[in-house]
Amino acid sequence: MVFRCRRFGEDVVMVRAAGLEPVLLSMMDSALVVDGLRKRYGDTMAVDGVSFEVAAGEIFGIIGANGSGKTTTVECVQALRQADAGSVRVFGIDPQTDRASLRSVVGSQLQESELPNRLRVWEALDLFASISPTSADWRELLADWGLAEKKDAAFASLSGGQRQRLLVALALVNSPRLVFLDEMTTGLDPAARRVAWDLIDQIRLGGTTVVLVTHFMDEAERLCDRIAVFRQGRIIAAGSPQGLVDAHAGDATVHFSTDEADLSWLANSQGVERIDRAGSRVTVHGSGPLLAHTAATLVAHGIAPLDLRTERKTLEDAFLALTARQGGTTA
Amino acid sequence: MKALRKLTWIELKLFTRDPLSLVFTLALPFFFLIVLNGVFGNEVETDPAEDVWRGVGPADYYVPAYLGLVMSAIGVLSMPTRLASYRERGVLRRFRASAMPLWAVLGSQIAIALLTAVVGAVSITIASTLIYGTDLQPADSLAFVPAFALAALSFGALGVLLGSVMPTSRSAQGAGIMLFFVMFLLSGSGPPREVLTGPMKALGNLLPLTHVITLLQDPWLGFGWNTGASIIVASILVGSVALSIRYFRWE
Repeated sequence: MVFRCRRFGEDVVMVRAAGLEPVLLSMMDSALVVDGLRKRYGDTMAVDGVSFEVAAGEIFGIIGANGSGKTTTVECVQALRQADAGSVRVFGIDPQTDRASLRSVVGSQLQESELPNRLRVWEALDLFASISPTSADWRELLADWGLAEKKDAAFASLSGGQRQRLLVALALVNSPRLVFLDEMTTGLDPAARRVAWDLIDQIRLGGTTVVLVTHFMDEAERLCDRIAVFRQGRIIAAGSPQGLVDAHAGDATVHFSTDEADLSWLANSQGVERIDRAGSRVTVHGSGPLLAHTAATLVAHGIAPLDLRTERKTLEDAFLALTARQGGTTA
Repeated sequence: MKALRKLTWIELKLFTRDPLSLVFTLALPFFFLIVLNGVFGNEVETDPAEDVWRGVGPADYYVPAYLGLVMSAIGVLSMPTRLASYRERGVLRRFRASAMPLWAVLGSQIAIALLTAVVGAVSITIASTLIYGTDLQPADSLAFVPAFALAALSFGALGVLLGSVMPTSRSAQGAGIMLFFVMFLLSGSGPPREVLTGPMKALGNLLPLTHVITLLQDPWLGFGWNTGASIIVASILVGSVALSIRYFRWE
């Protein structure tokens, strides 16, 4: 009658008993369960009934425009703000009633938080390590996060990228099982952002679940296993980055150039919905694997354009489509 | 406890790395000492009708007053500005998210106030002894040590309170500088209290430094423990701690 399920990284080990079908105990795999979260500031509902679940070991993205309730949500989840309604469980812990246990399992890189200007890198790590009994050796973090050379540098003298790395290292100093990264790449130059992305991958490889709050779509698409799209305090869509793109990014388009006057046969190619022409430039709108079908049809008619290409739809397209539709500002 | 120890040690290091707080808390009272002792000397006024120095030489009168001035510089200048800027810059948010206990944050500040007051007191007393030949020790050590501890803790707690209620570091700095100089002039660390006019004295009586200086001066000069001043200073301590806990904001 009893099934036990343990997860070791990627491997799911099941112990089967009494000849019954094995089942996954889904609660055991949840790092975070949020149900019906609400938070009001005056007349505005900052968070208006948000529910989601983050599986252990995944990178979960929260995306949305500024003021869409992303940060308020993660602050309520960490008991840095008191929610008006809803329940939160972090590895089964209720943050509001058991803060001490919560703090030992979560790490947090907060938006817009700094350190004293003259505080040195090693002093910051040493100080934050002293707060938690579960702290790892901060010297290892110093090396892992490429801060060993900056060990004795004052916080004020660090570059934007170095500061972010230090703040992330501080978020990890208590060896958390779940870490919140809020706008960690805001203000970084493109090279520093790439470095930060690699570091987030590293965190996950270390077995830590990541909740990533961002308004950069490329970042969410590149890093996240699943994403919740926030708008005006609600989740308006959720799923894998590719799933969101497929469902919401709209038509596929294929572009090419040809001098062929009559292209009416192309309309019968699979997936094609509309063909636009401007002189020799042709744009084919449609759905599904449009590029492959269009290419096959063109070649079958003896046309092999050199510039045949498709526009890859991105999470940004899906996001813009989602927010525009829901907002009702433009048709 | 480990967090409090680490935070106190780090705050102490940060204090020594900040030239402005060093100037205000240690150098400025020392500068006042040089100027005022240079002007007034240390001759005891023999005519009781003319005396404004409580029957002692001006330099002896000023030593405990400067010890109080160091404490007030910590309490109204460096500490509120520091705490308010920590709040502004999200340092306190950062602490809170990492479960830094409130008592460790406030306790480390008060510990720094006490330590800085001791360092300031030792250096000012030695300097005054070397330059003006004033006494190196209080006349009544048994009463002076608890008076000193009470006064330093009280200004430490007042600093935490101001840092808790001041919305920005700029407002904390502005209010602090104004309060510091008003206290310097009306509490007996500038002109002796005896030469102040009635309204000035009345205003001086409302200022914490006045009572701190009385509390320190009496045992330093051998007049014994001042119960009235100690009750007022202890009330400031208790009230500041209570109000800080009530009004402290992490962000």
